Amino acid sequence: MAFREYTIGVRMFGLAFGTSMFITLYMPASDIRNVSVTETGLERQLSFGRVGGFSYEDPLLQGKAKPATVDITEDPKTGAPIEPTRAYVYASGVPFPNGIRHPMILGKKPMELSLGQGKISMADEAQGAVFVVRTEDVGGETVGYIENATATRGWVPEAAMKVATQETTHYIGKGKIMFVREGCWWCHTLLPEQTQDWQYFGAPPMLGDFNGESPTAFGSDRKAPDLTHVGSRNSSKEWMIMHFFNPRLVQPHSIMPRYDYLWGENDAAGNPIDFDGWRAEYDKYVANERVYPPEVPVPAKDSEAHALIDFVLNLK
Amino acid sequence: MFKYLFAKEEDIPAGSAAVFFGFSSILWFIVGTGLGSFNAAKLAFPDFVTGIEMLSFGHMRQVHVLAVILGWISMAFAMAMMYITPALGNTKLWSEKLGVWNCLIWNIGLALGLTLLWFGITSGREYSDMIWPIDLALIFGILLPLAVNVWMTIKTRRTQGIYTTNWFFGAATFMVLIVFSVGNSPEFFQLTGLTEAYLTWWFAHNVLGLWITPVAAAISYYIVPKVTGNPLYSHRIGHLHFWSVVVFYSTPAAHHLMSAPLPEWLKSFASVEGVLILVPAIAFVSNLLLTMSGKWKMFVENVEIKFTITGVLMAIPLNMQGGFQQTRAINWYIHGTGWIVAHAHLALLGFSTFLEAAAVYYGLQTLLRRKLYSLALANFHFWMLLVGFTTYWVSMTIAGLIQGAGKIYEVPYIDVVIAEHPYMIARWVGGTMVFLGNCVWLYNMWMTLRAGTLIPAGRLPHELAYER
Ligand code: HEC
Ligand code: HEM
Repeated sequence: MAFREYTIGVRMFGLAFGTSMFITLYMPASDIRNVSVTETGLERQLSFGRVGGFSYEDPLLQGKAKPATVDITEDPKTGAPIEPTRAYVYASGVPFPNGIRHPMILGKKPMELSLGQGKISMADEAQGAVFVVRTEDVGGETVGYIENATATRGWVPEAAMKVATQETTHYIGKGKIMFVREGCWWCHTLLPEQTQDWQYFGAPPMLGDFNGESPTAFGSDRKAPDLTHVGSRNSSKEWMIMHFFNPRLVQPHSIMPRYDYLWGENDAAGNPIDFDGWRAEYDKYVANERVYPPEVPVPAKDSEAHALIDFVLNLK
Repeated sequence: MFKYLFAKEEDIPAGSAAVFFGFSSILWFIVGTGLGSFNAAKLAFPDFVTGIEMLSFGHMRQVHVLAVILGWISMAFAMAMMYITPALGNTKLWSEKLGVWNCLIWNIGLALGLTLLWFGITSGREYSDMIWPIDLALIFGILLPLAVNVWMTIKTRRTQGIYTTNWFFGAATFMVLIVFSVGNSPEFFQLTGLTEAYLTWWFAHNVLGLWITPVAAAISYYIVPKVTGNPLYSHRIGHLHFWSVVVFYSTPAAHHLMSAPLPEWLKSFASVEGVLILVPAIAFVSNLLLTMSGKWKMFVENVEIKFTITGVLMAIPLNMQGGFQQTRAINWYIHGTGWIVAHAHLALLGFSTFLEAAAVYYGLQTLLRRKLYSLALANFHFWMLLVGFTTYWVSMTIAGLIQGAGKIYEVPYIDVVIAEHPYMIARWVGGTMVFLGNCVWLYNMWMTLRAGTLIPAGRLPHELAYER
């Protein structure tokens, strides 16, 4: 930098670039930080778990160390009947979502309630915990917060899993991992646009719907329907099973890939799945040599397909 | 290459690192466009190679994108920096050895990162898909050594002033380090929600705006005056270009999320700044086109100028699209459609690729001191790229407009998918032409290395283009 001009130039550069970083990083980040989480935002992060992408617990993105979401009507501790409640069960060792690790990101009021009557600071990852979403009226405004039911009601993870049935247990967190890993978001968006998607794809999200969620997987190229509210458009598990196994069974013009490989080796009854045989029969069906397509196997409870369907049907 | 890794600095011939980078970049170009063509085939014919996890669209798309950005484009940049920076400083590369290591680690790191992505091991954020250990490797093992080499070469120059190209190289290598570090911070620090979504697009925007666009432009600031023999039309306009890139191009990140629930002030601000991107764009295009004055016949006769000026001309529609499509008035129609895919390829496959191809053509001939093996094959490559790209761009733009119409008139989605089908096929055909053209290019450059006519001292490669 022998030249005086360059000394000035470098300082100017620092100033210009620094100002631009201040405006585009500091200002938005501090603005977004003031947003309080909505109930949707709480439900999302509690059902997804800490991270939906690569993490220590789950380096190969197999859906390890994720919470289970259960719908219960019986108190796990006392066995007494209760109002239908959705509980998020974190078995011991499953990392808590970001809102519990760093309550600050929930925003002021939800944070105070979650820490106060929600007792979330008493939750311990090594022990595991059961969470529920509650609301409270604060000066005329309904504020959602997280309750650590392990501390407030003595619900322990094992007991909560016992009062839930197979039908009412959803592996949404694992399903989200599948959604990210399989790149569904390269075709589908999770973000109805504010300007025109209301009627077809449903209401666009609110500012506080995402606090604590990572990654949001909004998607940018839409080549397929938005999925934010797909569970309320289409709640048929049978349709989903056929559609994921081979989309062209239910929608001949679809360009969606087949996800039969998420079925794993055995079906729900424990019988091995004969993929080659299935494809050969399907080709006959396409060639008009069969009237009906071959039967689609039901995915096993611990299969990746099962979790993915849980995730999709719970997008409401 | 390996014999130079532990050789003494004096024993490594000048330009080795650039040559390695040049050939690596062509190889990655072939890999990247091959993957692109494969993906395009899947979008046209969904049952083409089906039911295999590793070969499904969702596993391959991001591999294509990052292979072309970090393999082809960025390695071609590294090549250009390693021969242009010293040439403009009338000196040698600061450390040829560091350059050779840089190239080796880059190839290994990128291959590893892409393999992991291919297995689906991703952070789940577009463009910053790589997981954080790979991000750190990219920052410290790849970008930082490159930057140090460029900065030190500029510092040890033997000219008094610094030419435009080198301002851009010096500043862009600095900015890309910041962009990579900040853009991947959601993963290091577990930032979540909208902050994360915003930072994802902050990264994506700034990688384009502060790395790809300025470095590509900087290359043409070298190639055009060098090959035509005309001095740069105006250094003042060069200043305008440089400073407006720093000020305007670094701010509109939020325009990628116009329909997301971000704070309104941020979207409006980004949108206004986005239109101001036209300032550097117009400065750049006019400066180079005016530099051509009196030498326009070279646009037809000379391969490097043909590539460069085609790229520069493509910057006109590119920036017209870019400047206006992000305003609210237009964005609601084309957001998230194939129009954007067409625009992305106009930027990277049109504008930027043509400029880098010129740099690689010119650099390899100069460094190897060998004349291009076949001018006819080079022209064939040019036309394959141009026709292939144009087919791609036109078909995806039409597909995007169909999607936009489908979106606002709330047509059942499957009808949009059916209507797009012919354009998906056209895109695949166009993209495959690009891929095939590149295979020819590799052959041509390899034969140049093996059998190109030696260039006598004191002559420039393009002067001999038509001599036997
Ligand atoms: C190549 C692009 C592509 C990919 C990748 C893709 N889809 Fe699809 N998907 C489509 C298209 C096109 C449709 C609309 C036609 C149909 O129903 O099949 C669709 C439809 C759907 C539907 C029904 C939507 C509705 O409105 O009823 C669901 C649910 C769905 N996909 C889920 C997924 C999931 C989950 C994944 C990832 C495992 C995925 N898709 C991957 C293209 C894709
Ligand atoms: C140097 C050349 C190329 C570069 C730099 C490049 C870059 C990119 C980028 C940045 C994207 C993401 C676009 C977005 O998110 O909007 C993309 C997507 C894509 N590219 Fe390329 N590309 C190149 C060549 C090709 C070729 C030759 C083909 C072959 C057809 C191709 C096919 C595709 C496809 C199919 C997608 C996915 C689009 C989608 O998801 O809708 N690309 N490319």
